[in-house]
Amino acid sequence: MSQGKLLLNRRRLLGLGAAGASTLMLSGCDWFDGGLQQGEGLRSTLEKANDLTYRVQRLLAGQQALAPEYTEADIRQGQRPNGSTDPQGDDYLALKANNFADYKLKITGLVNKELTLSLADLKAMAQQTQITRHDCVEGWSCIAKWTGTRLGPILDQAGIKPEARFCLYRCYDTMDGGLGGQVPYYETSDLIDAHHPQTILAYGMNGGDLPVANGAPVRVRIERALGYKQPKYVHTIELVSSFASEAGGRGGYWEDNGYDWYGGI
Amino acid sequence: MASIAEGGTSSAKPAKTKGPLIYRQSIWTRVTHWVWVVCLFFLLFSGLNIFNAHPTLYIGQQSGFPDLQSNGQHLDNAWLDISAVNAADGSAHGQTTILGHSFDTSGVLGMSGDPQNPDFRGFPAWLTVPSYYDLATARVIHFFFAWLLVGTLFIWLLASILNRHILGIPPTLRDWRNLPHDVMAHIRLKFEHGRSYNTLQKIAYSAVFFILFPLIILTGLTMSPGMDSVFPWLPAVFGGRQTARSIHFLVMLALVAFFLIHIIMVFAAGPINEVRQMITGRYRASGDVPFDASKGDKK
Repeated sequence: MSQGKLLLNRRRLLGLGAAGASTLMLSGCDWFDGGLQQGEGLRSTLEKANDLTYRVQRLLAGQQALAPEYTEADIRQGQRPNGSTDPQGDDYLALKANNFADYKLKITGLVNKELTLSLADLKAMAQQTQITRHDCVEGWSCIAKWTGTRLGPILDQAGIKPEARFCLYRCYDTMDGGLGGQVPYYETSDLIDAHHPQTILAYGMNGGDLPVANGAPVRVRIERALGYKQPKYVHTIELVSSFASEAGGRGGYWEDNGYDWYGGI
Repeated sequence: MASIAEGGTSSAKPAKTKGPLIYRQSIWTRVTHWVWVVCLFFLLFSGLNIFNAHPTLYIGQQSGFPDLQSNGQHLDNAWLDISAVNAADGSAHGQTTILGHSFDTSGVLGMSGDPQNPDFRGFPAWLTVPSYYDLATARVIHFFFAWLLVGTLFIWLLASILNRHILGIPPTLRDWRNLPHDVMAHIRLKFEHGRSYNTLQKIAYSAVFFILFPLIILTGLTMSPGMDSVFPWLPAVFGGRQTARSIHFLVMLALVAFFLIHIIMVFAAGPINEVRQMITGRYRASGDVPFDASKGDKK
């Protein structure tokens, strides 16, 4: 008898608890969702974990650790085009119409000697081919063969000034910039990634020329990072000491939309 | 010792079986336990938001896409897919495909929310953090709580080695011999509240700490291209990055199953006593447990 009473009380208590908890949960959700907008304190706190990830991975990987490479047999399909697949800017369309014969890659910014390199210049440099896995931030992966020339020696040729800390990659393609309309795609990397032995300016893919959908004529491969760190349609590589004044100030188009700058996880 | 009379009526049990109030959980165990509750809550629901960015799971290194043909064939290595499809009459449905078998999961998976204006997404809004689809933000949350979980696990491991709590987790030979008896006790909902965990508890906790947590952490790291350069054996061990992503998902399901059983068992075994143990560390033992003041027992 006393147990039945207790059970009733307990049940009522549980019911009240559940109702209270769900109200708390809902208002908690609203509070949490609100604090997650870019620039809010809660989000900034949570984002500190990304800095930690960057530091720890740099510590563990050092400068030279290589992304896994695969064999021809692992290339089971084409490379999935994603993001921009067919830029429509006049300058790009003109280059494309002439099969990129007039393409020029500029190395500028904090360098001792600015460089302007044609596609033929790049192809005349030491060629490197690697079969690697492209990991999209969305979760999917694709294995493809990339052919190009290492970025590191080109930067050495230009001579990086001591105050330079990042490479800023400027691209021909544009993306949705919200209220501002279309904005150019850009990315940044630290100089460790820029000098990494697998970081190449790719002009070939799976044995042929790099297709337009995959970034023709030149895309940067930074193999230890996610897909959004592999800028396509690159026309300028600028050495900078900071990227705070560029576009949204977070070091890339997707970074300006809330994604982490390091992109190694 | 006066043990619980097997034939005793249940209403008479509580008064007679009151054993000592033992100190069972150290502050380290209790604090880390509750930190994990918070971590796993956010990891689960932000993880489902991340999953929604590409609600398909594959076996192998890469993801096969039907539209990427090679020699007239495409790589078909998906085993789970949650999507929205149009039926013959043009109406939209949520569809979940597991190993080639498709199920209509409208309302929950693939299509959810207001039926007049449905969301087309893998997991529904009420199962994700943030509630709206936002991969960038979900990743920020996921990685923050991943660090917190791993850090707290490390603290727990260190403390549990030092205070010998960890020795009480793996089942001993005696526990295994006691397994049939313990299974029967659970089926009859007759729990022995002793100083140590019972066999099924030890099996469950061992599975979580020594199999599921290491697996979900390692498969999580395998998905990081940066970590794959540090430990190239990671994607090799798990049979590819996409297999690792699948295992990460399955271990998540196993942890959810553990959580549900854990909560059911708390209620079945006496919620007040069990939750008190998790908060204060004090636990009312069964009547056959002898009082031992040297162990800090109270009446």
